[in-house]
Amino acid sequence: MSGTVNVRLTVNGVEHTLDVEPRLLLVHALRDELGLTGTHVGCDTSNCGACTVHLDGKAVKSCTVLAVQADGAEVTTIEGLGTEDDLHPMQEAFWNNHGLQCGYCTPGMIMAATALLADREGEGMITEEEVRHGLEGNLCRCTGYHNIVKSVLDAASKTGEMVA
Amino acid sequence: MTVTDQAPAGRHVGRPLRRKEDPRLLAGRARYIDDITLPGTLWAAFVRSPEAHARILSVDKSAALERAGVHAVFVGEDLADLAGPLPLAWVPPGVEVNNPEHWPLARGAVKHVGDPVAVVIGEDRYAVVDAAADVVVDYEPLPAVTDPELALKGAPFVHEQFATNETHRWSLGGGDLDAGFAEADVVVERRVVNHRTAGAPMEPRGVLADYRAGTLTLWSSTQVPHFLRLFLAILLGMSEERVRVIAPEVGGGFGSKLQVYGEEVLAAWASRKLGQPVKWIETRSENLAVTHQGRDQIDYVKIGAKRDGTLTALHVQIIADLGAYNMLLTPAIPALGAFVMSGVYRIPAVQTDIVGVFTNKCPTDAIRGAGRPEATHLIEVTMDQLAHELGMDRLELRRRNFIPKDQFPAEVAFGIVYDSGDYEKTLEKLLEHVDLDAFRREQEELRARGVYRGIGFSTYTEICGLAPTRAVGPQGFGNQAGFWESAMVRVHNTGAVTAYTGASPHGQGHETTFAQIVADRLGVDPEVVEIVHGDTATGPEGRNTYGSRSLAVGGEALARCAVKIADKARAIVAHKLEAAPEDIELVDDRFVVRGSPDRGMTLAEVAGAAYLNEVPEGMEPGLETTTFWDPDNFVFPFGAHACIVDVDPETGKVTVQRYVAVDDCGHAINPLVIDGQVHGGIAHAIGQALYEQVQYDDRGQLVTGTFVNYGLPTASELPSFETDRTETPSPVNSLGVKGIGEAGTIAASPAVTNAVIDALRPLGVDYVNMPLSPMRIWDAIQGANREGGSQS
Ligand code: FES
Ligand code: FES
Repeated sequence: MSGTVNVRLTVNGVEHTLDVEPRLLLVHALRDELGLTGTHVGCDTSNCGACTVHLDGKAVKSCTVLAVQADGAEVTTIEGLGTEDDLHPMQEAFWNNHGLQCGYCTPGMIMAATALLADREGEGMITEEEVRHGLEGNLCRCTGYHNIVKSVLDAASKTGEMVA
Repeated sequence: MTVTDQAPAGRHVGRPLRRKEDPRLLAGRARYIDDITLPGTLWAAFVRSPEAHARILSVDKSAALERAGVHAVFVGEDLADLAGPLPLAWVPPGVEVNNPEHWPLARGAVKHVGDPVAVVIGEDRYAVVDAAADVVVDYEPLPAVTDPELALKGAPFVHEQFATNETHRWSLGGGDLDAGFAEADVVVERRVVNHRTAGAPMEPRGVLADYRAGTLTLWSSTQVPHFLRLFLAILLGMSEERVRVIAPEVGGGFGSKLQVYGEEVLAAWASRKLGQPVKWIETRSENLAVTHQGRDQIDYVKIGAKRDGTLTALHVQIIADLGAYNMLLTPAIPALGAFVMSGVYRIPAVQTDIVGVFTNKCPTDAIRGAGRPEATHLIEVTMDQLAHELGMDRLELRRRNFIPKDQFPAEVAFGIVYDSGDYEKTLEKLLEHVDLDAFRREQEELRARGVYRGIGFSTYTEICGLAPTRAVGPQGFGNQAGFWESAMVRVHNTGAVTAYTGASPHGQGHETTFAQIVADRLGVDPEVVEIVHGDTATGPEGRNTYGSRSLAVGGEALARCAVKIADKARAIVAHKLEAAPEDIELVDDRFVVRGSPDRGMTLAEVAGAAYLNEVPEGMEPGLETTTFWDPDNFVFPFGAHACIVDVDPETGKVTVQRYVAVDDCGHAINPLVIDGQVHGGIAHAIGQALYEQVQYDDRGQLVTGTFVNYGLPTASELPSFETDRTETPSPVNSLGVKGIGEAGTIAASPAVTNAVIDALRPLGVDYVNMPLSPMRIWDAIQGANREGGSQS
């Protein structure tokens, strides 16, 4: 068994120093070391997107990143986006449009969706087709995506920049 | 007032209220099974068979045990103190089911890839996986069988002791089949393959067991905490009150968590043995290999009709591939389909004959729809072919055979009584959304340009709201349980309400819809009604969530329970205001004296009186009660769906262009939630129709072990859905409701298939089995070119 490695992470604005096994996945560092269980694991082949977080502002699947690779990075998880009493507009849009059922895919879906909109800031109103393509890496078994897509379009139409 | 006087629509019922459960889910604050850990928790990892069929010659644990932090390695023989094997709960009267012992860890032999041979338990989540890889199992491979029709022919046998792979035979029928076919001018026969699929909830399974001080607390990602508690008590030889099962937030089930799994029993057993909490979280690869799967039938369908389209007889022979073992309800699943075999049609003679077969594959059991998607698929695709052979319009053929609305409650040939229906109405409404003439013109134009567009329909009904005990319990269908549901309503001092349900939701939104039901009956806001579920220690004994039963059975139980509270409230108000109880009525949020609306009390005031014991002579103080409800019948949702597809004849690729669904689930409690259920259900069936298939090779190796090769549909493969409703109340419950969780899945696969066939008929294709993959479509087109007709 190899020794541990020191990793510094800024997660949701808070700096952490961790001693981790080199093979520890970022998702497990977030969940098991930092107790941020809002980020979920739904597969072992990087297909489902349940583990999506923002790493230095980009959406990544945290099951495909080692904690050591994230050394020095800024991570935002679902817990850093909004709280139950002060939801982020994307979370609010999912609520208003029934964009979730069991909720398991939801944090990853929301992190992917916020990154999707942020990435194309200034490019005009996003289309349904773009949303569907943009969320291709996130699986949901409950909603058939209908209300997820509706939620994202709703959030886009309400966040100024995203509207044409 | 009796419960049936209660008007279904109210201040809150019928409104598209956004869900109460959502904020915690949206903010990442919900607790799913993997989010729970206790001090001293040990992790379990399973050693699973890479062989489809083999004898276990030896298991060498030594290397694994030498690893730091490993506490134990167990094999099947170590679990000798279990009171029995894993349960099969279906004991159909008069039917013999071959039932091999099925243990949490294999004893002597493995029967499918993934069958667990040993478990490693240790301190670290990653290290136990390393240690499991160090367990050396010596297998003697045995011949395997994966094709159910081959399996029925003889050896090799999955379970030698039966000297057959046949598990059982079961039939349901009524009417004179021979006379029916003799009367027919046209008979259509089809071999319909309904392939194997996975439930694939986004959250895999998981369990955390904590045995301490003679008491077991077990958290599991399950749909059935109440069943699980009972079986854990039995298998572990514990007294039932010493076992508490909690379903925490559950990330989807779709039937795959309606089970008593070996891993759940093992975790509990190991926690007792080792004196520490034991946790296991399934990987997706395990989920796709060992969590029970669904469908997998070969259906031989024969239908007869007169020249004018009148149906005369239907005979269906089902070869049901059950996989390697019977699990909780395995052999019962295909039989569920027999209960709606004639669909929405009047057919004087109907017969379903089922033969179950063991193969060296993962066991099958309930997956969303459970038997009913298979039944609907086979009749709806056969109706299209029949119309074609009669030279009759597909919808005209359907209309001609619909059970007319004035015949409800309608008894069908094999004795089931459909509660209510108006099939014409849903079809009419569907056609308001789909302009058929315009579609046909467009189809012609596109064909001229080489684009093959087709439209397919599915008019369906399904049987759900699992209950009544009389029909599905030991004296009826043979499930060894009662199928009522329970509810308990507790009004607190301040008028806030906690309501307990024996249903156990996992995404369906009961915390909202059930609160709407209670709120209307007690004159409070749904915000102050907390729905508690999924914990055997808090509420009454329950019967859980599956078979679209929660609302029609559990919701109704809760409605009746709330009415009992309201009755007591009225008596207390009458006592306090010196009026007659019959004169007290609930108007908005107050119980008032009829005719003098200024004289009244809120629920909070009533509760205050109830807990101060200011109640009528002879009445108990307090404001709390429990109800058990076992209905007289099932409920039968129905609807009409249309699907429009484009098929590229060069590549065989199918694209769904439009999907329109009109469903009738009786009175709507929350339209937002209903639409969501329909969307998900349709997507599940489109997944089966086009993409998803569990595949084994001839030697029993699983080909689809990850999401890389098990193709769940993504957002970019599906369209937005168009949904609408009609409301035909069910007479079975006071809410007038029917289930909606499975309807989309039951309806959609034939609509997609019929659309593809409609697109390809000009090319000579008249049938293709699912999944309608590019390869299969392309083959069908080539076959049709060669033969001038096809059956693939
Ligand atoms: S858990 Fe990361 S993609 Fe599935
Ligand atoms: S809401 Fe259940 S998987 Fe998406």
